[in-house]
Amino acid sequence: MDFFLELFVNGLLTGVLYALIALGLVLIYKASSVLNLAVGEMALLASFVVALAANFGAPSWLAILAGVVVMVAFGYFVERLAFRPLIGQPVISLIMATVGIALFLRGIYFILSNKWPVYLVDLGLPVDSLNLGPVSLLSSSVVGGLVALLLFGLVGYIYARTRTGLALRAVSDNQTVALSLGISIDHLWAVVWIGAGLVALVSGIVWGQRIGVQFGIAILGLKGLPVVFLGGLDSMVGALLAGIFIGVAENVVAGYLDPLIGGGTKEFLPFFIMLIALWVRPYGFFGREIIERV
Amino acid sequence: MTNANGQEPLLQVNNIEVIYDKVVLVLKGVSLHVPAGGIVTLLGANGAGKTTTLKAISGLLRPERGEVTRGSIYFQGRRIDHEEPPEIVRMGIVQVLEGRGVLEHLTVEENLLVGAHTRPRGDNLQDDIEMIYHYFPSLAERRRIKAGYLSGGEQQMLAIGRALMAHPKVLLLDEPSLGLAPLLVQEIFRIVRRLNEEQGVSVLLVEQNASIALEIADYGYVMENGRIVLDGDAETLKNNEDIKEFYLGLSAVGQRKSYREVKHYRRRKRWLS
Repeated sequence: MDFFLELFVNGLLTGVLYALIALGLVLIYKASSVLNLAVGEMALLASFVVALAANFGAPSWLAILAGVVVMVAFGYFVERLAFRPLIGQPVISLIMATVGIALFLRGIYFILSNKWPVYLVDLGLPVDSLNLGPVSLLSSSVVGGLVALLLFGLVGYIYARTRTGLALRAVSDNQTVALSLGISIDHLWAVVWIGAGLVALVSGIVWGQRIGVQFGIAILGLKGLPVVFLGGLDSMVGALLAGIFIGVAENVVAGYLDPLIGGGTKEFLPFFIMLIALWVRPYGFFGREIIERV
Repeated sequence: MTNANGQEPLLQVNNIEVIYDKVVLVLKGVSLHVPAGGIVTLLGANGAGKTTTLKAISGLLRPERGEVTRGSIYFQGRRIDHEEPPEIVRMGIVQVLEGRGVLEHLTVEENLLVGAHTRPRGDNLQDDIEMIYHYFPSLAERRRIKAGYLSGGEQQMLAIGRALMAHPKVLLLDEPSLGLAPLLVQEIFRIVRRLNEEQGVSVLLVEQNASIALEIADYGYVMENGRIVLDGDAETLKNNEDIKEFYLGLSAVGQRKSYREVKHYRRRKRWLS
């Protein structure tokens, strides 16, 4: 039972971080119906920048600020250079543009990391473990999970309560109508790309502490896909719950199954869940209802 | 350019040509005027280019890869055919799109709030919302309901009310009668007339339903094949034989003609070839 509890709680923390990656996907999808396939590379870029700044001797706050500056600039230029010229083109063109962005970021990462190898985001957070009864946790994981939850709360508040949030919901409902009301789509796209950049920054810092700054962070972006397909591409609540579900499921199942089959469960289980979700609920469990009047 | 009264019209469209995808010529020289405080209707069959004309004015062509390639559009003396939609809305032109252009997953009240998006922060919107509910009482009862669950007529009312939230000087209405029962159409048109008289909003109304459009309009234009083929006072148009024939479906003695006769008549007497 203790073993199960430990797997469960650790899965919970991993799950919140998967949810964070999924949030980066949902933000972009809601505003433009585009699947942002560069989400993992964005986190990689962010973690590299922060680790590099810290490596050059910047204090934690300055390293994080460097990350903020780079990700805001990145979001702004993606909208300006890649998305705005494609207004009116089919969605698939925009999705391919995100693939282009992903490959571009990979290239940048390999070039820069050859020149300045960095291995870990070290912001001086405590690395000891917390012992809660039978469960022991890395305190940095707990901090990461809490920050992720806070970010979800913040984005949810912006969507529900602010003027920009209302405009974002209008755009995600019907782009043409939103445009006819004088909502500037360009401006909102810049807002969501910058937002996704900052979400990627948090992901990048937390994962960079957990697994180190390495190409694996970009691969983690793929783990966002089962989460959003399970939760619904346009649902933040769905992203949070599905992220937690997948984190817990893979951790618990891997804990029992890996010793038997020799490992690898975590690699395939999320995608197996995604496949089943696609069979049962193609729009995900929290995807937007399609209103049909009879 | 001035009209007969020596006044500059609020909105003037001068001989515009619109091309989609750089090859498809949809408007072949369209000119029309909307005077301040007037209701002007633009009639025509499906595919005549009425909606394209409205979108050329409101700037909504670009996302559909359409472009005004010739001619000009002036609003209050300022050229607007290269402005972006947000700027055009801010200047006072709002288009109500054809069909049920409501934001389905937002409540009625949120729809109205989004309509005021271009207004400065801190404007008091509550009075405006009450004003909309005064004109469209059935919306008031349903203010917390998601707009997607409203009836067709209520959705059309919401779309018009939402456009008013931007304080427009000109409303561009695209077929508000589409798919609605005749009684509802009457009601909506009555309210549009009242808005025009009491709030001073000018209206450019696109319709296929010529008889009801000419009831409330002061002036009308008829489009065919991307051109204006006829224009005149609403009264004159109502009595025009061609209009009766094609848009009101009446022959001289007030009876519906058989299709064969109509076809024959059309072949003999096209406005343009």
